[in-house]
Amino acid sequence: MQISKVVEKMQPSGIRAFFDLVLGMKDVISLGIGEPDFVTPWQICEAGIYSLEQGFTGYTSNKGLYKLRLGLHRFLKNKYGLDYSPDDEILITVGVSEGLDLLMRAIINPGDKILVPQPSYVSYGPVTELAAGTPVYIDTSKDGFKITPKLLEKHIDKKTKAIVLNYPNNPTGVSYRRKELQEINKVLLKHKILCISDEVYGDLTYDFEHVAFPTLPKAKNNTVYFNGFSKAYAMTGWRVGFACGPKDIIAAMTKIHQYTIMCVSITSQMAAAEALVSGRRSVEQMKREYNRRREFIVSELNSLGLKCSRPQGAFYAFPCIKSTGLNSMEFSRKLLEEEKVAVVPGTAFGFGEGYIRISYASSMDNLKEALIRMKRFVEKRK
Amino acid sequence: MDEILEILEKDGRASIEDIAKMTRNKPEDVKKAIKKYEKEGAILKYKAVINKDLIRENESEVRALIEVNILPQKDLGFEKIAERIYSFPEVTSCYLISGTYDLLVVVEGKSLHTVANFVAEKLACLEHVRGTATHFLLKKYKEDGVILKQKSENKRIAISY
Repeated sequence: MQISKVVEKMQPSGIRAFFDLVLGMKDVISLGIGEPDFVTPWQICEAGIYSLEQGFTGYTSNKGLYKLRLGLHRFLKNKYGLDYSPDDEILITVGVSEGLDLLMRAIINPGDKILVPQPSYVSYGPVTELAAGTPVYIDTSKDGFKITPKLLEKHIDKKTKAIVLNYPNNPTGVSYRRKELQEINKVLLKHKILCISDEVYGDLTYDFEHVAFPTLPKAKNNTVYFNGFSKAYAMTGWRVGFACGPKDIIAAMTKIHQYTIMCVSITSQMAAAEALVSGRRSVEQMKREYNRRREFIVSELNSLGLKCSRPQGAFYAFPCIKSTGLNSMEFSRKLLEEEKVAVVPGTAFGFGEGYIRISYASSMDNLKEALIRMKRFVEKRK
Repeated sequence: MDEILEILEKDGRASIEDIAKMTRNKPEDVKKAIKKYEKEGAILKYKAVINKDLIRENESEVRALIEVNILPQKDLGFEKIAERIYSFPEVTSCYLISGTYDLLVVVEGKSLHTVANFVAEKLACLEHVRGTATHFLLKKYKEDGVILKQKSENKRIAISY
């Protein structure tokens, strides 16, 4: 069968093989997991179960349960002072991933360019290509893994349609303060470039208050804001995300969503609605726990000689491993083979050579044991 | 609550070095803070939470929750009588509560008989105790925030973006 050329071209082969190696191995301590190690707080699970008992087993409105959209409307208003109408400015999606795919398909005409600062989460480029757009990858590794107005200006041309911002960032943990975002926003407004803001780790920001991009001056009409329940509420498997943005864009996304997905599972939506009502305390508790692990792991990595700046959000550390003389893939492979510790090579995320991603969404006991092993591994190479 | 206390409440064996790293403090400062908490009595004791169901030789241990109705004393209220009750070594916990009775007393003993004896001979006959109701504990599901079930295995896939 002749497979579509776009799909055939899609990578990543090297990483896939490495992932398979990890999955095939037993007794591995994995610091390579991109999801919380907590299970969903019980009151949220209970709401899902109860909804099943009550017979909520059908479709919902394409846009998502009104109860959930209304909950999100209130939540965003309280937390950020953002006013998105539950009627036509919020769409419930199967995680942020689906939302991003919808948006690319909704806005891209063939040849349109989408800026993707890297290292970044892996789906931005592929969903752009699937929508016949051209991803333009921007190397942020020399700027502390941050996109700057200067870098931005350098990559913008007439075909540039949008940029994908992701902060706090997976895999680097880097986030931005309001001032930095304002500078970025100015450039985007000047060139009429849409901001696609993936803020799924926003609730897990440790050193300062997270700033939602649409709260910046004049940004709301020029931004599609993405968030979800996966990371903050430990609900990855429920698959609930949401997109907020200008009416016309949300309407276009809803059109595609209604033909391809119809709606997110009603059980998951019911649980998500409960998460907004009673889940905040759990979010804060988990965040405090992550924060302690963050401090611990950064301190340990630096003492091993693997230079690591303090991530400001998410649950990843992104240390430099150049001092070992190995490249990212070699380091990850050998660490797995010799010490049975799994990490993700930085190269998986674009422009991450010389770095590895360590997830601290793992118990303190696991982290401690993994670091003992890593110490042994690194010292052999001194 | 202070971060150090929060960590210790979850893991009484957390080392000073680890706590220092987790809270971005110097080990000396953590040590000092803990000493202070111990001195003030904010930290009373370090102990393990044990699932006694899994310890065979201990299977005869019996626990009872006892509701105690009390006639409060002039000037002293419940304090004096509470002290007389919680001073018994058989009493593991003692709370003053609102509602239809006054003290909730947790008693541990070797057998049903010992606990019953304690109630009849020590507790119920105290002056000012107007009545008691004893509830024997049949099964423990959760204690001090810990669910008493063996840990379940990891359910996440080993690597993901």
